[in-house]
Amino acid sequence: MEKLRATGRFLRYSPRKSLFDRRLNPNSENSIPNSASGYGHGFGEQCRDFQLYNDHNRKRNVQTCFGFYGHQGKTARDCIEKGLLEDTRRIQHRCFGSLAEKVQRDPSFSTLSSDDISYFKGILGEKNVVQDEERLAIANTDWMHKYKGSSKLLLQPQTTEEVSQILKYCNSRSLAVVPQGGNTGLVGGSVPVFDEVVINMSLMNNVISFDKVSGILVCEAGCILENLITFLDNQGFIMPLDLGAKGSCQIGGNISTNAGGLRLVRYGSLHGTVLGLEVVLANGDILDMLGTLRKDNTGYDLKHLFIGSEGSLGIVTKVSILTPPKLFSVNVAFLACQDYFSCQKLLVEAKGKLGEILSAFEFLDSKALDLVLNHLDGVRNPLPPTIHNFYVLIETTGSDETYDRQKLEAFLLHAMEGGLISDGVLAQDMNQASAFWYLREGVPEALMKAGAVYKYDLSLPVEKMYDLVDEMRTRLGDSANVVGYGHLGDGNLHLNISTPQYDDRTLAQIEPFVYEWTSAHRGSISAEHGLGLMKANKIFYSKPTATVKLMTSIKKMLDPKGILNPYKVLPHSIDSHS
Amino acid sequence: MKIMVAIKRVVDYAVKIRVKSDKSGVETQNVKMSMNPFCEIALEEALRIKESGLASEVVAVSMGLKQCVDTLRTGLAMGADRAIHVETSGPLYPLSVAKLLRALVDLEKPGLLILGKQAIDDDCNQTGQMVAGLLNWPQGTFASKVVLDKEKQVVTVDREVDGGLETLCLDLPAVITTDLRLNQPRYATLPNIMKAKSKVIKKFTPQDLNVEIKSDIEEVQVTEPPKRKAGVIVSSVDELIDKLRNEAHVI
Repeated sequence: MEKLRATGRFLRYSPRKSLFDRRLNPNSENSIPNSASGYGHGFGEQCRDFQLYNDHNRKRNVQTCFGFYGHQGKTARDCIEKGLLEDTRRIQHRCFGSLAEKVQRDPSFSTLSSDDISYFKGILGEKNVVQDEERLAIANTDWMHKYKGSSKLLLQPQTTEEVSQILKYCNSRSLAVVPQGGNTGLVGGSVPVFDEVVINMSLMNNVISFDKVSGILVCEAGCILENLITFLDNQGFIMPLDLGAKGSCQIGGNISTNAGGLRLVRYGSLHGTVLGLEVVLANGDILDMLGTLRKDNTGYDLKHLFIGSEGSLGIVTKVSILTPPKLFSVNVAFLACQDYFSCQKLLVEAKGKLGEILSAFEFLDSKALDLVLNHLDGVRNPLPPTIHNFYVLIETTGSDETYDRQKLEAFLLHAMEGGLISDGVLAQDMNQASAFWYLREGVPEALMKAGAVYKYDLSLPVEKMYDLVDEMRTRLGDSANVVGYGHLGDGNLHLNISTPQYDDRTLAQIEPFVYEWTSAHRGSISAEHGLGLMKANKIFYSKPTATVKLMTSIKKMLDPKGILNPYKVLPHSIDSHS
Repeated sequence: MKIMVAIKRVVDYAVKIRVKSDKSGVETQNVKMSMNPFCEIALEEALRIKESGLASEVVAVSMGLKQCVDTLRTGLAMGADRAIHVETSGPLYPLSVAKLLRALVDLEKPGLLILGKQAIDDDCNQTGQMVAGLLNWPQGTFASKVVLDKEKQVVTVDREVDGGLETLCLDLPAVITTDLRLNQPRYATLPNIMKAKSKVIKKFTPQDLNVEIKSDIEEVQVTEPPKRKAGVIVSSVDELIDKLRNEAHVI
């Protein structure tokens, strides 16, 4: 009894728990007013950011998150829908008001007929051909209610052969399709734009094999990331990627968007860890590239075309992925640096001296920390309230608690003596570690509470990364609060510009400047979110015309009728095949 | 005045507990261990009393395997002045711990002994009470507020009891066990971790303290709570009523 009481209190004290409560409870006082303020631009991105960074095995939270989607998903979503009905309309209008004028339904696509429905019922059976309006409403809307399509049909194949039959038929009938996993993307890549048929992969959710010696997992594309994590946990392994949406996102979607997440600095991108794929092409052909070999230099490595192509070249149906062993010794330090140069030097030192145990290197500037401290409940500055300009979170993951700790302490003390860090704290237990992570992960939520926010997810050379934040500050002056934070270890900056309200004049000062600046420094305008519908037309900022042309040729070759996830990834002017 | 704080090394409270397959106990191999959260609160309170000038020294003590030293280092990094480790190998039950604590109190002669009200691993909630009994000191358990009066040599303790607060005034020396709401423990800063490296951890064995470790308790087996069955979705109110009446027998 006492234990129960005690645990209850701990939960109440835990800052993360309250964050989740706030975020997940659609009726909470915070969520609706936030959206009601109507700053739709980037609304999804914010929350996704937060989700994305909310990693690190906070089982308690994960369960909460999972519960939301798993058990109450429908009702909760409904509540959001009702609560946000008016605001959603406004958000949409704002979000792609200008875009919507440009995107027209491609007239070469057919519209659904009753014969089509009967055909699909013949392949999939009555139950897996969904026309129920409620379920379609969910499939038509991205989870942050930023994009909304008007699909009338959702198909749930259970085997690769069924996917193949569906695509073969759709291709012959010129019916556009949108492959959908957990629908947690935030650039509008996983929802229909018009009336595309939704191919939902969630019934293909079996683990096919796991090799305990090599750590190679083979599974179907619809496996939910968290289920794979749980499965592997029992085997003593982990997934090489982890992100906040793990409770609903699916491995097929992760691969199709080349999801980044928090373990990237340690385990690399999916281009490295995915060993093989089975993909169904637009014409129904099944490409078996489901190798489980770490080395295979026979011809072009075609699987890479499908990693990160956002379902525009084929539908991933099976996956073979290399998983690392689970290590239990995790340490987290939260540090203060005087300037950005010190942060960079610290990164270099950390890579050299923490080498094999370094698992995250995140940074935020003082404005970002101020936002968190001022806008979130249950947080406190772990450092004495002196002014520091930058904060760095370092996480190590290793196999020997005592050794890892000694190593990290020695590194930190050395860095402190050398003046690279001006102050710091080292988490003594997992609760403290979560509290430090929350300071970094809470930034998107704090920004959301502060007012309107313009968000950019950019890849830039590390040494130049923060110059953009400084330039934006000069450019915008007092009219906006410009904050910078992100995955310093991966060269991924989250540039966020917070203003009391959304207005077009501010936007005009930011865009296209941010894209142009990023482009001039050979950065990427989308580090880990993808292009989807939102940035399809912005691809030229990061890719030269010749490259985009080749992409278009590949698209045309693999999907001549353009039925796979149309209007996305590639610019609409080139993409349209009228 | 000196304050002694007892600290226990336990499985981190955020770790999912696994029972060993032979049911002989909880898995502690390759599991994150940390300071018991209630002990952290006890130490924080001692440090605050010292910082307000009412105590001269804070001594952190722990007993158990040699890795307890890591937990004591955390205590030193938080600000304890020195530490004592009584190294033992087998399982320790509250009465043995209380006897060891009494021996340490006899040695160190603190004016106040602060403990967490219970450890989150065994949930015994006995040690504080037992050591107070052995020492014949007054005890204030489940403290949510502690006010020390150096002049009068008394300590006032607010206790959380069912339905409200109980305020006790104890003559020093006394034993206090801490509840969750007493304070929010501080973090270990790098400068303090650095300082802690030169602080002394004194070692004792139970023999040194003339305490015999034995127990009248035999742990028969440890099992997990039964798994919760998955819920079902009922399709109609009638079905719900039927299930409540005929399956759950609640209406």
